[in-house]
Amino acid sequence: MSTKSNKLFEPALVKEALKHSFIKLNPKIMFRNPVMFTVEIGTAVMLGVCIWIVCGDKTQGSLAYNLIVFGVLFLTLLFANFAEAIAEARGKAQADSLRKTREETPAKWIEAGKDVKIVPSSQLKKGDIFLCETGDTIPMDGEIIEGIATIDESAITGESAPVIRESGGDKSSVTGGTKVLSDRIKVKVTTEPGESFLDKMIALVEGASRQKTPNEIALTILLAGFTLVFIIVCVTLKPFADYANTPITIAAFISLFVCLIPTTIGGLLSAIGIAGMDRALRANVITKSGKAVETAGDLDTLLLDKTGTITIGNRKATNFWPASGVDPKAFIDACVLSSLADETPEGKSIIELANLSKDTFNIEGARFIEFTAETRCSGIDLATGLRIRKGASDSIRMIAEKAGNSYPPETNEQVKKISSNGGTPLVVSQNEQILGVIELQDIIKPGIQERFERLRKMGVKTVMVTGDNPLTAKFIAEKAGVDDFIAEAKPEDKMNYIKQEQQGGKLVAMMGDGTNDAPALAQADVGVAMNSGTAAAKEAGNMVDLDNDPTKLIEIVEIGKQLLMTRGTLTTFSIANDVAKYFAIVPALFIASIPSLQSLNVMKLHSPESAILSAVIFNAIIIPALIPLALKGVAYKPIGASALLRRNLLIYGLGGVIVPFIGIKLLDMVVSIWF
Amino acid sequence: MNTEILGVILMFLVTVGLAIPLGRYIGKVYLGDSTWADGIFNLLDKLFYKVGGVSPAKEMNWKQHLVALLTINLVWFLFSMLVLMTQGSLPLNPDGNPSMSADQAFNTTISFVSNTNLQHYSGESNMSYLGQLVLMLFQFVSAAAGMAVCAAVFLLMRPNFKFQKGTDGLVISGNFYSLFVKSLTRILLPLSIVVAVILLFNGTPMTFKGKDQIISAQGDTISVSRGPAAAMVAIKQLGTNGGGFFGANSAHPLENPNYFTNIVENVSIILIPVAMIFSLGFIIKKKRFGRMVFGIMTLGFLIFLLPTIYLEMHGNPAISKMGITQNLGSMEGKEVRFGSAASAFWAITTTVTSNGSVNAMHDSLTPLSGMFCLLGMMVNAFYGGVGVGFLNFYIFIIIAVFISGLMVGRTPEFLGKKIEAKEMKIAAIIALLHPFLILVGSSISSYLFAHNPTEYAAWLSNPGNHGFSEMLYEFTSSSANNGSGFEGLGYGNGSSVGDNTPFWNISCGIVMLLGRFLPIIGPVAIAGILANKKYVPESAGTLQTDTGTFGIMIFAVIFIIAALSFFPALALGPIAEYFGMKP
Repeated sequence: MSTKSNKLFEPALVKEALKHSFIKLNPKIMFRNPVMFTVEIGTAVMLGVCIWIVCGDKTQGSLAYNLIVFGVLFLTLLFANFAEAIAEARGKAQADSLRKTREETPAKWIEAGKDVKIVPSSQLKKGDIFLCETGDTIPMDGEIIEGIATIDESAITGESAPVIRESGGDKSSVTGGTKVLSDRIKVKVTTEPGESFLDKMIALVEGASRQKTPNEIALTILLAGFTLVFIIVCVTLKPFADYANTPITIAAFISLFVCLIPTTIGGLLSAIGIAGMDRALRANVITKSGKAVETAGDLDTLLLDKTGTITIGNRKATNFWPASGVDPKAFIDACVLSSLADETPEGKSIIELANLSKDTFNIEGARFIEFTAETRCSGIDLATGLRIRKGASDSIRMIAEKAGNSYPPETNEQVKKISSNGGTPLVVSQNEQILGVIELQDIIKPGIQERFERLRKMGVKTVMVTGDNPLTAKFIAEKAGVDDFIAEAKPEDKMNYIKQEQQGGKLVAMMGDGTNDAPALAQADVGVAMNSGTAAAKEAGNMVDLDNDPTKLIEIVEIGKQLLMTRGTLTTFSIANDVAKYFAIVPALFIASIPSLQSLNVMKLHSPESAILSAVIFNAIIIPALIPLALKGVAYKPIGASALLRRNLLIYGLGGVIVPFIGIKLLDMVVSIWF
Repeated sequence: MNTEILGVILMFLVTVGLAIPLGRYIGKVYLGDSTWADGIFNLLDKLFYKVGGVSPAKEMNWKQHLVALLTINLVWFLFSMLVLMTQGSLPLNPDGNPSMSADQAFNTTISFVSNTNLQHYSGESNMSYLGQLVLMLFQFVSAAAGMAVCAAVFLLMRPNFKFQKGTDGLVISGNFYSLFVKSLTRILLPLSIVVAVILLFNGTPMTFKGKDQIISAQGDTISVSRGPAAAMVAIKQLGTNGGGFFGANSAHPLENPNYFTNIVENVSIILIPVAMIFSLGFIIKKKRFGRMVFGIMTLGFLIFLLPTIYLEMHGNPAISKMGITQNLGSMEGKEVRFGSAASAFWAITTTVTSNGSVNAMHDSLTPLSGMFCLLGMMVNAFYGGVGVGFLNFYIFIIIAVFISGLMVGRTPEFLGKKIEAKEMKIAAIIALLHPFLILVGSSISSYLFAHNPTEYAAWLSNPGNHGFSEMLYEFTSSSANNGSGFEGLGYGNGSSVGDNTPFWNISCGIVMLLGRFLPIIGPVAIAGILANKKYVPESAGTLQTDTGTFGIMIFAVIFIIAALSFFPALALGPIAEYFGMKP
């Protein structure tokens, strides 16, 4: 969509984030992040030290040095706040651009079920009914209760092709901000103003209602643990130094402490979480909680509908197979007759394949038999008394055998052959006698095999859900490369499969749109409802996909994994940095009283002051340096968990040990000009 | 190759060679499979159960395991205090040694109940034989208690095991008393008998008679302390206890008569700790995992061992500076019959395993060797004490699993169980505890000494960096439940009371107590909570925890937590001393 920006730092957002960096200095807000809170205390102490020096103290070193330490610590705080603020600003901007599409529009409110009254959209309440006609912008999210319309959803999805939405079915939802291109519909408002999914998402990003996810809590505990260890290290250093007759300045203590605690990850942690939700939103997925994104990274099993996800749209007729002794021409005629009233894509494709004009058939006085899930066949009763049926092989077989007619063995063979080739056989009967078989074939989406392969490497099992018979399902499953399939699936089969997988301790995701999908969407660990789906489905799931794209699950899994990985790698990086910082600061602390410890100064830093300043400056600037990584996320490569760990350990672990040695040395070369 | 080095390699190979089958055997014992020893010891077991009034078949949940452990420890504590404070007037006291003061009895009791065996006394002059026997009993039971609780964790760790549930819905697995008694009768007792008999034949005394008299070459009459030493030496080595019968511990010629007994005693130090790791692989049916743990522990062990052997064999730089050649290596404080390499090997094995027995004086090790001994205790999980060593390692595994799970983009899971906030909280607290106890203890003593050097002058025979190392060592040894000491502590300024002062007795006592029980409670709680969670089967996205890569991750976590947090302290102690000595 046009408003989507990939630039990390847009000037307007940066300005907004800068403002918030200061607002977030409020200790009450800071307290949520224990690591940075301790830095704030340290900064306050340094301020006190500077004032003390101004008042005449001589023991703490020069005022300039202490002021710089204070300044750098203050910057460290601002940088961390900025990281969180810019992530929030980006997420909010993204959500705002979606929300803008549904700003105040006039709505045709149907008062008391009759009179149409024009009101601003903000006055519509849940349960109100409004009217939309050609050219109208839909004022609010709602569900069509009457009518059918073509709708341009490009404002939300970026997809220019119009879609059809109608009442009753699984495609009855309309979204505020989209436009009706033709026809008229009556829509019932499904959300209170300010409580749409988008509003909820914006609230999540803004922080007011943002709750830490379980994984974030666990990580915060670990980081708090590290912080405590280093508090102990720094506090006990005081008596140790007394013993060694070494006076250590307050600035040195606080610098050592701030350098050792994991400020890098502490400062970036919340930004990473927000950026995860933001990335989901950029993929046009609205998440109802941060936890859902995190869970997505953990998924073990994906339930995917065959149609639309694995295969392109619908099946097409590819062959007519008359039974022996049946005239091929007569058979094709019967096939066309039975499909004349069949508006399904399959039915249309039969007429296309037969290449006969509809007008050549006389269907006056004919009665059409609709397809139902129970009979699993459709057909036509002509005025001449001819009864033609077409449907699943077993149901037609039952019709024939019930009437005492035989089921020709070659038809049986043909049915099996078609099924095992991944096709769908439709058996046709005339007056309860088998005429032959129509072969329908699925077309698998190009590139889908590679995506499944990628998922397999991530350790995610894919399950295809289809109404096809097991043979057909198996063929397509193999061809597309899914791991398992549910054939002849009824809605409760999905539910049962999810429950069964969950019983085995697995996390399951599914995508759905229909009301009968709602229980399964609620049961799944990650339920992605299509935006076009019913309100019930959207309420049940924990994500809503604005694009209605069934392959979106795959992207969601990667976003989740990236989120966790970014946390893990930056934690490792942050802690690994400590090695170099120790080697910078510890020799600097004791250089006066224990000159032999100069040998530990492996970086050959210029002076104690320059060593300490270089370390804290490095510690501060590494935060903004890593903001882009925190926002974009660490790239996920499906190369197996152990290989991935090796790779990330090398980059962020070993890199985290080496980089600060270089960085601190370089900074020292600059700082040593003054200190 | 140098025979001294060959001797060291031989000891290590013998240990591993024995530990593999022993690990299998231990695994069978804890799983309740039948072993050859059943015929001999079943009757003894039954006697224990009957006397103790416990039903060994009743399985326990993790909380019940802990309650059982803490209860029997409390009973032992009271019993020991009573005996030590009244031993002077109790039987089996041929040398007429006095009863202990309350603070010394407190320190000694905790020291032995906690498997530390820090000795602020000298056995010859402060202990009656009855007292020694009580302490020996504790050497058995404290080791067995550690092993039993570790076995309980092993049993709870079994992945995808169909656990029974108790009435309160908690998973139950194993009976503490049964695991405890089996640790005694099936593992510690048989091995101790073997080792004790070997020592006996090599000259270690085993008698209840009082001091003997010998006449030296100069014609002087010398009293020689003796007693039921062989039995105690065996269990002090095998049970990672370390508390010797004589004050000089295994440097004493009667406690460790020759190079052969030195091999036997040294192998005994690490045999069970290593075997426990192999038994882990056997019990959880993941041998690869057991081997990975062994590999990482060995890596850490070698990183401490190799430089120590090198340094000790190359003599003391301060002596070299005087122009004296040291062909035998640094021999100050070492026994000539063992040599510098074997002494270095012992020093590292005894510190990594929380054993704490010595065959050389650690105070006299070259500075960096002393640091590696300190690091061995600071990590306290490279093999570690019997049972408890793995429990410490388990905490590091949990933290490593958590970080590396995140690094591969998955909520962390270990052996099919998800690691969440509650487990992290426990793991963080326990990981924190050890640096806390050591650094706070050392800082209090540093503070007292720095601010009142005249009053506490008696504490340090060597002020300066080495004196700091001595204090650091004492608290590290206490917190790690090791029990060895830089024995210079407390003999400064001509003092003869040594470290037997109320400050050291009480502060070390408290540190030992916390350092023993919290690191047991934590891992048992984590294992118990995890066992009660739903099992998540492995998939291609699951991080394998039995690979070398994951091993390196654990190693990195250990390095960061255990080594880095002590860096400033080590810099002020051994590191400063080392650089100060360098020519």
